[in-house]
Amino acid sequence: MTAAIALLARDVSLAWREGGAIGVALGFYLMVIAIAPFGLGPDLNLLSRTAPGLLWVALLLAALLSADRIFHNDYEDGTLDVLATGPLPLPIVAASKSLAHWITTCVPLALLAPVLGLLLNLSIETIPLLVLAMLAGTPAVSFIAGIGASLTLGLRRSGLLLALLVLPLYVPVLIFGVSTVSAAITGPGSPWPPLMMLCAISLASMILAPLAAAAALRLNLR
Amino acid sequence: MDSPFTVALEATEIACERGGRLLFEDLSFALRPGEALLVQGPNGAGKTSLMRQVGGLLPLAAGQFSTTGAAHDVPIPELCHYIGHLNAIKTTLSVAENLAFWADYLGNGDVDAALAAFGLGPLAGISAGLLSAGQKRKLALSRLFTSPRPIWLLDEPSVSLDKASVERLGEIIGNHRKAGGIAIVSTHVNLGAEFTHTLDLVAQTRAPEGRAA
Repeated sequence: MTAAIALLARDVSLAWREGGAIGVALGFYLMVIAIAPFGLGPDLNLLSRTAPGLLWVALLLAALLSADRIFHNDYEDGTLDVLATGPLPLPIVAASKSLAHWITTCVPLALLAPVLGLLLNLSIETIPLLVLAMLAGTPAVSFIAGIGASLTLGLRRSGLLLALLVLPLYVPVLIFGVSTVSAAITGPGSPWPPLMMLCAISLASMILAPLAAAAALRLNLR
Repeated sequence: MDSPFTVALEATEIACERGGRLLFEDLSFALRPGEALLVQGPNGAGKTSLMRQVGGLLPLAAGQFSTTGAAHDVPIPELCHYIGHLNAIKTTLSVAENLAFWADYLGNGDVDAALAAFGLGPLAGISAGLLSAGQKRKLALSRLFTSPRPIWLLDEPSVSLDKASVERLGEIIGNHRKAGGIAIVSTHVNLGAEFTHTLDLVAQTRAPEGRAA
């Protein structure tokens, strides 16, 4: 337990000190959403109807920008070898590093979303639900990204391949994430069932994804 | 080291295959507590592969490792310190923070002892990215003291160390043996440490059986 906390704390503080990954993800998110209204035109109704979808798609892409770093630095400098001889089973190592990605990338993105929602004329009342849906759904984003990151570990320019591998797996998160917020804006139905589905997807990926990621890491350590 | 180690390591007819090439086979050795093995051989003979196999990072093509004297539920990799070619140092953390992380992660660590081992005390607060190559290597070797583990796997530990540090390393390996620890070392220079066993790996280019072209 101490070891898992030490690993998580180190990953979070490394991400914080290096700063680049968080900055790039937030900057990308801001740029995409700021530029979208220029492309879609000044129709406020259209903007507020497309806002949930735009916010979710941009969040997924922004989160993927830093996904290849989940294991890459530790692989390059040999840390992963030592982590593998440590007291933690490899799936726990993978889970801890995916969780660090969630804390340092997905949470800041979800917290930035309300500000960007205003740019898209998203109604104020739906903002708490948007943040809630994003916080519930993004653990799946980070943990599934962990599978992609571990599979593409030894490769140069792994970013695009990682996105190809992982984006199809994000479709359920996207669908339920958008329908949670849309249900609150336009109906029909209640936002809670899709939100529950988001929670279920996140919980399932938190358990299953580290097992897959650990198997891929083992292969890459050889 | 106040807790003497009692672990013995035995390798039985192990083999290693890399990329369809058989590096070695039928390799057996047994190390009792306090014994050290020097692994020698030309480049590409499988020295690093052997160390990674002991550390559980590389699967065995045949044979097995066994230990006696360790608690039953501890797997062999958790008895090992593996110091490979890469230093496993985070350049954005300070020297002390690097060691503190390993002490927390590997368990039961003593950061002060680790800092003192290679005289890195005065550099404790400095960012590891500012260290010279030799100092980085010393920091990597200081990891040996962040957790008491009986088996040391040292792959070319003396790379970029100065003369005094190489002597210090020999002394440290000697102390580890006196405490009952096992050291498996591959090196091309004289470390000043005594080795009870020597293993000469020869370069092999033979394809494994059944896969010959």
